[in-house]
Amino acid sequence: MLAKRLIPCLDVRDGKVVKGVQFRNHEVIGDIVPLAQRYAQAGADELVFYDITASSDGRVVDKSWVRRIAEVIDIPFCVAGGIKSVADAGKILEMGADKISVNSPALARPELINELNHSFGQQCVVIGIDSFFDVASGQYQVYQFTGDESRTQKTRWLTRDWVSEVLSRGAGEIVLNCMNQDGVRQGYDIAQLKSIRDICTVPLIASGGAGTMQHFTEVFDKADVDGALAASVFHKGIIEIAELKAKLIAEGISIRP
Amino acid sequence: MKLVIVDTGCANISSVYFAFKRLGVEASISRDAKAIKSADKVLLPGVGTAHNAMAQLQQAELIGTLQQLQQPLLGICLGMQLLTAHSMEGDVACLNLIPSEVLPMQSAGLRLPHMGWNTLHRISSHPLLRGFSDTDYVYFVHSFAVAPDQYSLAQCHYGNDFAAVIGKDNVAGAQFHPERSGKTGARLLQNFLEWQL
Repeated sequence: MLAKRLIPCLDVRDGKVVKGVQFRNHEVIGDIVPLAQRYAQAGADELVFYDITASSDGRVVDKSWVRRIAEVIDIPFCVAGGIKSVADAGKILEMGADKISVNSPALARPELINELNHSFGQQCVVIGIDSFFDVASGQYQVYQFTGDESRTQKTRWLTRDWVSEVLSRGAGEIVLNCMNQDGVRQGYDIAQLKSIRDICTVPLIASGGAGTMQHFTEVFDKADVDGALAASVFHKGIIEIAELKAKLIAEGISIRP
Repeated sequence: MKLVIVDTGCANISSVYFAFKRLGVEASISRDAKAIKSADKVLLPGVGTAHNAMAQLQQAELIGTLQQLQQPLLGICLGMQLLTAHSMEGDVACLNLIPSEVLPMQSAGLRLPHMGWNTLHRISSHPLLRGFSDTDYVYFVHSFAVAPDQYSLAQCHYGNDFAAVIGKDNVAGAQFHPERSGKTGARLLQNFLEWQL
């Protein structure tokens, strides 16, 4: 039976893993390669590396660390950040990444999704979406350039509409990051994930809000997501992956031991 | 051990190269027919579409070379699908080393692509699968698959059964990514290195 995936997310800035709270105040957690290796050995099902400076800086970023990760780990990993073209994506896949994830550049130029799908196949094309609940309007809105607080801006898209758009253009997986929940460890945004689950025909990964092991149980049980992504609870050792997996298996959730 | 990874221009070549390096084998990556013919073992990787990959092989004039190999040949993911007679992905003729057919996955309504870790069953006693059990998880990413037939060496279930490993004579293929399937995947690659015809 297909297992639900536990996915530690490593935010990368200038070749170091960092972590912020609600996208701000980043602190350095450690070097990329040993952390990646540690997570692979600890039982992570997949890793995501977000180069959080790339899109907002508009610069070409040195991604040679992708090759160093591919050398040492034996689980799949995805790279995100600043991938604006088929050529950018091709380089990263060539260095050994299994998937590429695109966020702001897809908002700037949605045809990029079609191009990536055509060049590399649907299975490598992950679309990351940063979604913020606007209390005034009661709606979920898509944001871009979230790697840099001073440049973060609201887009014209409502989250549901953008999800439909990226699916129609050939996205192979969606990582839905619920910004209100990010880094605050109060639980995944179940209501939003459920509503997106209904329209998402490809694998859906929950992101933002994991604080306790119970939050993982809830997101798999209630929102039927394919994977749950988390950062600080893993980086800070609040949750051990092996212990989390044992609990989820005991609860009857399909998990790779 | 002279291991050649066929340079299909596809994306997972580095991952496959590194996976063998972790097992202590330095593979060469080549699209030179002579190098491929003289290898002890040949690996056909692949990510992308069957149509593009076959076009690449044709352009490199490697189709005949691969069809005439006598030594062990292992295809991975799309590389496995290329070993069959035909793929419905782009309706393209493949290498026809194993007379199976690649079809869109019949996932009985489950989400596609089939992406993630899944278990194997009906595992044969083929040397490639030495040490495998039905509790082992391996990593899949695909939307097309080979239906189970006489050439299936192991199956996987996602809505319906499909062939996870296929083989005939000197040729075998894995639908999953052994280079990204942890220790279980490494075992398949090690078995391939030790496979004697």
